[in-house]
Amino acid sequence: MNKQLSIEKAISQIPSGASIMVGGFGCPGTPFSLINELLSQGQKQLTLIKNDANEESLGISKLIENGQVDKLITTHVGLNKKVIEMMNEGKIQLEFHPQGILAEKIRIAGSGCFGFLSDIGINTEITSPSQLIEWEGQKLKVETALSADFALIHAAKADHYGNLLYQASAINFSPLMAMAAENVIVETPKLLVPGNLKPESIHTPSAFVSSVVELDDLNDEYKILEHHFGH
Amino acid sequence: MDINKILKRAVKEISSGQIINLGIGLPTMLLDHLDDDLDVLIQSENGILGSGKKATREKADPNLIDAGGNYVTTRAGTSFFDSSVSFAMIRRGKLDMTMIGAFEVDQQGNLANWKIPNRFSPGIGGAMELVQKTKRVVVLCSHNDKHGNSKILKECKLPLTAHHCVSRIITDKAVMDTTPEGLLLVEISDSISLEALIEQTDAELIVSKNLRTF
Repeated sequence: MNKQLSIEKAISQIPSGASIMVGGFGCPGTPFSLINELLSQGQKQLTLIKNDANEESLGISKLIENGQVDKLITTHVGLNKKVIEMMNEGKIQLEFHPQGILAEKIRIAGSGCFGFLSDIGINTEITSPSQLIEWEGQKLKVETALSADFALIHAAKADHYGNLLYQASAINFSPLMAMAAENVIVETPKLLVPGNLKPESIHTPSAFVSSVVELDDLNDEYKILEHHFGH
Repeated sequence: MDINKILKRAVKEISSGQIINLGIGLPTMLLDHLDDDLDVLIQSENGILGSGKKATREKADPNLIDAGGNYVTTRAGTSFFDSSVSFAMIRRGKLDMTMIGAFEVDQQGNLANWKIPNRFSPGIGGAMELVQKTKRVVVLCSHNDKHGNSKILKECKLPLTAHHCVSRIITDKAVMDTTPEGLLLVEISDSISLEALIEQTDAELIVSKNLRTF
């Protein structure tokens, strides 16, 4: 039941060609240490699923700039000019979804179901006629569930069983992705002996988690970004 | 463009008791213009209901940003939740107003703000769900782009975010409401004449009988 692994061992489970969900909205919740290990191990032809592309030279943008990512399934990359440039040059394929629809596609996969019906974006270019059905007199879009081979997650606190707790706006996609991926790798700066997390405070129960990596310290990527003041 | 002119006018749309979402760019700048006694809950789609003012360097928490990447604070009654709950709140129509930016907006209330093909496509983010499901959608944007072209059009040319979703447009030069008859000019900036405004606007404007200046 002890799921603790070294960061090298945890990330070496990922083969080239894997699909990987990455928690985080901007910096909060982004598992920077797991991403940096993936950067140094160098797996390629990856498909990443993340709300955004972080910013240039930060988080998953490093994997993209390093040519390790073929495709990014995302909602918004407006804060990353480098990735927009790479998309325009055809160096990476981007697939955009409405943010809550992406969250719901992941949540549905995580709940063991296969899809849902929605009226979002049905008259726009993100919908093709083949995705529409008539349901109780209304035209609706069939949205399919989205799972992945792996999820990389940052938890504020975890225990050795893999119970997880997130902080403030770092929750975002993490609990959804932790349920939707086959193999869930978690990093945490606070790894506790089971029994030290209040059961009712746990966001992700341990059954969904495969491996837990303890971080000795958090590097500068986890800290305040000076350039985010005054805009 | 006079950003402060837009922000000063836009803040008047906000009143106590509302739940509102402020989009990336101009709308989130309103955080610094809100009166302290205004009891509004600001929803940030990354999972905050009741986000507070922008944080100072000393008070900033690396785990607490709004959807535009600004460090924010909490207030009495703040809650945090995951992205599926955040958009459940949005799609279920629990928000009273969304303020959002635009690349183009037209006299039918159609909005384009996610894709300029092969040039700048930031992506959809929360925009489609916010503008399709919020009761009142107010667009904040410059009246003309940096080349002088009108962003207020007869018909949007860029890929749409949603059809017929905009209630009001606030620019540095005018305040306009979408109505069944067309785009109604309700307020005009005190630094432009009506003739010049019409000249600088692609959309057909219906001038309100009660036209005010701002």
